[in-house]
Parts: sequence; structure tokens; C-alpha cells
Amino acid sequence: MSTLLFERSLPRFAAARLVSTLGSGRGVGVGPLRLVEREAPVVPAEGWVHVDPTLSGICGSDLATLDGRSSRYFEDIVSFPFVPGHEVVGTVAQDSVAADGAALAAGSRVVLQPVLGCAARGIEPPCPACQAGNVGNCGNLAFGHIRPGLQTGFCADTGGGWSTSGLVAHSSQLYGVPEALSDTDAVTVEPVACAVHAVLGAPIAGGDVVAVVGAGTLGLLVTAALGHLASIGRCPAPSMVLVGARYAHQQRLARELGGTDALPDDQLARAVRRHSRSLSYGGASGMTATLSGGADVVIDCVGSPESIAQSLAMVRPRGTVSLVGMPGRVTVDLAPLWHREVRLAGAYAYGTEGGAGMDDRVSTFALAFEVAEAQRTGRLVSATYPLTRFEDAVAHAGAAGRRGAVKIAFDVRKGSA
Amino acid sequence: MSRRPGFVLEVDKSTPPTLFWNGEGFMLETLPEGSRVIYAPEPMKAIDDPYRAIRHALLHPVGDRDPLPALLRPGMKLTICFDDVSLPLPPMEAPDVRQMVIETVLDMAAEAGVDDVVLVAALALHRRMTEEELRHALGNRVYDAFAPHGLLTQHDAEDPENLIHLGQTDQGEDVEINKRAATSDLLVYVNINLVTMDGGHKSVATGLASYRSLRHHHNPQTMRHSKSFMDQPSSELHSSNWRMGRLIADSGVKIFQIETTLNNDTFPSNFQFLQKREWEWSLRDRASFAASSAALSKTPPRIARQIFQSIKSPHALTSAQAGEVEAVHALTTSNVWAQQGVDVEGQTDILTMGLPYICPYNVNSIMNPILVACLGLGYFFNMYRGKPLVREGGVVIMRHPTRPEFHPGHHPSYIDFYEQVLTQTIDPVQMHKEFEESFATDPWYVHLYRTGHAYHGVHPFYMWYWCAHAMAHVGRVIVVGGDAKAVRRLGFSPASSLNDALEIASDVVGPSPTLTHMHNPPILMSDVH
Repeated sequence: MSTLLFERSLPRFAAARLVSTLGSGRGVGVGPLRLVEREAPVVPAEGWVHVDPTLSGICGSDLATLDGRSSRYFEDIVSFPFVPGHEVVGTVAQDSVAADGAALAAGSRVVLQPVLGCAARGIEPPCPACQAGNVGNCGNLAFGHIRPGLQTGFCADTGGGWSTSGLVAHSSQLYGVPEALSDTDAVTVEPVACAVHAVLGAPIAGGDVVAVVGAGTLGLLVTAALGHLASIGRCPAPSMVLVGARYAHQQRLARELGGTDALPDDQLARAVRRHSRSLSYGGASGMTATLSGGADVVIDCVGSPESIAQSLAMVRPRGTVSLVGMPGRVTVDLAPLWHREVRLAGAYAYGTEGGAGMDDRVSTFALAFEVAEAQRTGRLVSATYPLTRFEDAVAHAGAAGRRGAVKIAFDVRKGSA
Repeated sequence: MSRRPGFVLEVDKSTPPTLFWNGEGFMLETLPEGSRVIYAPEPMKAIDDPYRAIRHALLHPVGDRDPLPALLRPGMKLTICFDDVSLPLPPMEAPDVRQMVIETVLDMAAEAGVDDVVLVAALALHRRMTEEELRHALGNRVYDAFAPHGLLTQHDAEDPENLIHLGQTDQGEDVEINKRAATSDLLVYVNINLVTMDGGHKSVATGLASYRSLRHHHNPQTMRHSKSFMDQPSSELHSSNWRMGRLIADSGVKIFQIETTLNNDTFPSNFQFLQKREWEWSLRDRASFAASSAALSKTPPRIARQIFQSIKSPHALTSAQAGEVEAVHALTTSNVWAQQGVDVEGQTDILTMGLPYICPYNVNSIMNPILVACLGLGYFFNMYRGKPLVREGGVVIMRHPTRPEFHPGHHPSYIDFYEQVLTQTIDPVQMHKEFEESFATDPWYVHLYRTGHAYHGVHPFYMWYWCAHAMAHVGRVIVVGGDAKAVRRLGFSPASSLNDALEIASDVVGPSPTLTHMHNPPILMSDVH
């Protein structure tokens, strides 16, 4: 049974970090990820089942880990060795129950909600965040009857999606896949849920100008989520959604998914200025300078020092910059944030959502299924690889934009091919 | 020896290669046998004493106007408006005609005891001129006498305090112009009529107008039905300006129009070969061409631009006429045709043109892709009377590097137009409907227009509308040697060579098309029969 295993190895970690300076994903061959033969993980407690992955995506956070660029912040909420892969569609090996209480017969298709919160960890009573349904904010990620791990795919006890031997998941982590949804649509549901959470967590008001920085998977899914949720009244409709997209295919997709306009990154600030009818402090040529007004909300789906600085330059005074892309240690001039009283907010994972048009809080994943179906987000899956070609797959994911791709996934059924 | 008229050459085996402008450079192209090349008439003889001729014009006005001195009196309010940096092309060697005319007008005003005099650069929505440009146009004496006292102003189409709405024409066109000029006892307008489009009622009705007023004739509908801009009776643009001009006159605004024409002696002595017929190039001309071509091919575009933009043309005055607007303009038009007109028999399947480094809107600036389109399709294509040189459904082939470069200070809204409008649509009607107003009223563009040296936010739209007639008329536009991405952004087809372009054109006009090349500049106007 083929499994991609990520081991704690400082020399390999350092080598990956060094080589990945040549390009994201390039260092995987010398890094801590290895293809091994491994048995399925053991079910840790009652309420857990085996899941056989069908497709498992390669996420930006996976790339950061493989490149050795992840923040050391995560060290205590990860346990080694782990099997990566938290974007998963697969089938349950036994009869089970989904997070929403629905019965799941053996062989049913499921999508994994990977956060290992209090319910999965057998912690009673659950932490306040889990009690409120905000599993992404769980405070017990290193405790309970499994080892530390913020999500499946970063925990030594659960396995992960990048394995033909499968993973184990708690019923609170499972969502049945509707018939109408293909596997490629379904494997995007987890990142769609992140996008839904980011959109519904941002203080978007009707008529706002919203800028989305970056048009990789997250940026495009934020655009898709915003487009769909606004169209069904789940969130107020912005007057303008401007997407910074470096590559032509990203621009096309951003427009198809609901962006009012999609422009290369270096043109986004000009478009925000024009649509927010702002002045620029930098004069005619100073479009990197701060705007007098700006976007009401900027959703940064990159998380780099440059994207954060760009976001701060184009958000209006008292506006919000929502960080959806996973940042690491960054150096950014926060003077504009302080002076203009800009709110810089993180947007991580999912849980339950309130907001416009919702009487009760609704599971983020339930909304994500809606978005995935309505927007056919599986169109973002550009290529799948067998696990044996993991170096090619990771290199492809690391250069996805440049190579005309968006989301790269492992087709685990091809695992031993 | 008397000057030779314009000439249409038929290319045969013995014809040497033809000069094509290519932005900040030029090259020789071999045209297919049977092609026609249109050459401008040789320069008209310059007036020996321009000051005397100007004075004579002011003392002997045409139409229903008294001589200028009779219109001047102590205590009156006099406003002298003048054409801006967009004329002439290239900028002329000092003294500029405007300087000569304005000095003469000011002498007469001083003799009459007029002391309330203000000068206004008639910018319309063009960029404000720099001090250096104003000094060049007006001379140091005029500049130093007026500018320090705030009496040398530049029309501000966004200054509500200094605009006056005079009414609407019978077609519902708002007429809103510069208040100081409109409320003066006498408005003297000083024109340089480089082409027949310039002057007439367009001087005041456009040069001193606001966006509210200009939008009535600077729109796709009017532009598409101006056939051509250079032929006033067939130009909707001019019909609208004429209606406005007559309303301005009926409102009591007293205009003393001064129009001047220049010969087409365009380039200084070291570039004289550029205005000669190739088979008449001397050994020195050939050497100049070879040396300058070789040097330019190794010169970075930025430096080449500086070199060309520093060229001052030896243009010389060929006529000056003054008085009532329409009577003056009729004389002027006739004089411009005398210098630039060439009789051409029949249309052509393919019209070729080499586009030079300069157009009215990039003096001391950068020729961006939108201006390339405007120069080729807005100006060169429209240099006709009767019918277009190229037949309906024919092909225009332009040569220009068409680099996606912009002057951020002069053309800020052009950048956004290129990035945010042309990526959505190249249809003048659609962009007029969906984008124009937001650009026209954008507070940042307004700020930069009023306080910097930026063209108005709406200006790139006008440049695009300027192409509307050509776009509706021709079947394809091909740009040779242009940046392929930029050329495609404009909706044109890129070609790497003239032969490549001719092959692409054959899809539209068939395998054995007729071809005509406009050898321009020097500026020429075709009278197509």
C-alpha cells in the first residue's frame, strides 16, 4: 500500500527549503516526503471509520510544508511522521454517520472536513469554539486521544489523503457527497469551505468594492463563493469584485466565476482606485502608493509580504484586509494599518456561518457543497497524478499558475500505477 | 523654380524602395510593382515678413468684422486665446506663429490703451502646457509680461467658477465655454491651422469648452459620420461645432478670429531626406539615411524618443487671415489645401502608412498604443476629401513599434483605458455606453488634469472614437513591427514584415490587391475622385 509519508528530518527539511528557492515544489525530491509501503492507520476510538481516498488535492499549505516554508508556529500542533492530504473525497469503508447526522452506508462517497477538533479528540466538554460550532478555532488541537495535529494530513495518528491505505476519520469530519457532484467537484469542497468562511467572515456590505488578491485555487474559490453567495442572498452583493490574477487562464476563470474584472496583479491597484473613485497619494505614476479611499474589503489569498503590503495600500480607511492565504513570518510596514485604522483579520478553515439571509447558523461545508455544485468548482482541477509520480505532481502544483493550471490532485486509485 | 505639386507615383521595376516611418525611426520598404505612392506637394514659399503679413491681416479683416484696432478701446476686457501644444507638429522653430500673432495683437491693444488683457491656452481637455512649452509658443517677452501676474491662464474645463452655459443649439447641444473668454468685450482666437480640420467654429466651441459641451460631438455617432474630419461640409463633428459657434455668436460673444497656415517644410536640414522623393535622394541624403538608421537601430527607444521630440520644424508662415470666423476659415481651408492637397484617382484595396513618432497628443511625451491607433485610423485615414483612399472593406497596414508604454503623468487614464476598457471591448459604442462617464467624472483624473499635466480622464475614449469611421469602413487593420500583444489588444492583426502583412491582407482583399502608400509626413491630403 503506497503512502506518502512526511517525516521529521531537519537535514531533509533544510535541503527542501534550499532547493525550493528555485521554485515552489522543486525541493520535494530532497525533502522529508517519501513514498513508503504502509498499513492503514488504526481506528483510535469509537466513532471513527476508515476512509479510502479517491482524490486528494495538493494545497498551498501542503506546498509550504514541503518547501520548508511553513511557520514554526505550527510545530506544536503537528505530529510526525504524518501523511499529508487534507482535501479528500473518498469512500467510507464501514457503515457510518455523517457530521450532519445522515447515515452513510459502507462505500458511500464522503468529503473530509479535516479539522481535528474536540469531538474527534474525544474531549468533553468541548472547548467554547467547538461548542459554538467553530471547529476551525478549536483550542485543543494538541490534546485528547490522538496526537497533536491541526488537521488530518498533519497528525501522526489519522493518516492522510495521500495514501492508498487510507485514513481514519471521525464521524464529525464526514460529509456525504450528493449524487450530482462529481469527484473532481467534491475534492474542491474543502477549499471551497475555506473560501465560504472567508467571504462570510468579511464585513462586506451591499455595494462595496471588494478586491481579491491572488487567483490561485483560494482566490478563484473566494471569487466563486462570493459570486454564488451574493446571488442567493447569503451575503450582501458587492458592486464590484476585482481580482488580481497574474495569468490569462486565471483571469478567464475569475471572470467566469463571478469576478467583475480580473487583472494582472500589478494592475489591480489601478482598478481599485478607479472603481472606488479614489485619489492616489503617489501622483500619476505612484500607483503603489496609498489610495485616498480604496476597496472596502480586500481578501488576500496569497499571504506574502508583497500581497499584504499591496492589500494595505488599496484598502480604504477603516476597511478590512482578510488574510485567507496562509502567511508565514513577514515583514510589512504597518504604518498605513495604524494610521487608517484598517482591520487585518485572519480567515482560517470553517465551522458554522451566520450572516445575511440565514436564520440559524449553517455548516460551512453545507454551503460549500452548494457553491461547488453551482459553480462546478471541479473545473479548477487541472491534473491528477498517481502517488508514484509525487515529485511531478508537487512540481506541477508549485508552478501551477505558470503552467496554466490551478489545482493539482492525486488520484489515489492510481496509487500503485 | 516653382514648387512641384503633389504626386502619385506608380511603382515599377526602377522605383527605389519607399521610406516608411516606424515610430522613432524609419526604414525602406520595397512595394509591389503597380503600387501607388502619394507624395505631398513641395513646401509653399514662406512669407518674407510674417509680422507684416499678420499686421496686414489684422488691419484688413474678412467678413463682417472691423479692423482689430477699431475693436479695441480703453477699459475694455480683452481675452486672447491660442492653440495649445498639440499644434503644430512637430513644434516649430522659434519664433512660433502664436508668438508673432499675439505680440502684434498686444501691440495694437497697448496702442489703444487696453489694459485688461488675459491670455488663455485653449486646451479643451488636453493637458496643461508646461512653462517651457508656453515660453516656446508665446516667447519670453509675452510670458514674462503675463504669467507672473496670473494673466496667462490655461483653460480649465473642470472649473465650474470659470465656465458659462450659453444655451443649447436647436439639436439640444449644450454650449458651455470659458467664462472669461465669453464675457470679454472681445475674444481674439489665435489659430495655427496645420490641417483643414483645425480652426473655424471649432476653435472656440471645442478649445474653450467643457466636457458637458464636448460630449455632444466627441462621441462614436458623430465621429463615425464625419467623412472626413478634414472636409468640413462632410463632417458631423464640424456641423455640431458650427451650430455651437453660431449660438456663441448669437449669445453676444464677439470673436475676432485669426487663422494662420504653415508650409510643409517639416524637418530640419539633417533630416531633409525625410521629405524628399526617394529617387531624388542625393548622395548626402543616402548617407544621412544610412547613418541615422544605423544609429537609431542601436539607440534605446527612450533615447530615440528624446532625440525626435527635440526636433523643431522649420515650418514657415504661408498665410494669415483675420476677421469673422466663417469668412476667415474659408480662406484658411483653401490655403491648407493648396499646400497639402493631392489629386488621387480611385480608391485602393490596401492603404499603407508608416506612422511617425508624433501625433497631436504626445508632444514631449510617449506615443502609447491608443495614440498609435488614433494617428493611423483617426488622422491618416481621414486625410481625404471625397471618399476614403481605401475602399470599404479594404485593409489598412500601419507600421509602428506600438510598444505598450505610457507617460503616467500625461496619460494616466490611458493606462486604465488600455488595461480595463480595451480588455473588455474595442467597440466605441459599447465603451461609450459602459465606461465613458466613469472615466470622465473620475475625481483623480480630474485632479491630475486640473493640477498636473494630464489629459482629461475621458480623452482616451475620444481618441478611440476618432478611429470609429475607419473601424466601420475597413475590413482589417494590420500593424507591422508592433508589439504583438499590444496590437491584438487594439483589435488589430500583428505582422512581422510588410510581406507578412500583405499575405494576411490577402484573406480580406484577395490575392492581387491594389495598394497605395501615403508618404506622410510631410502632411498630405488626398482629394479622391
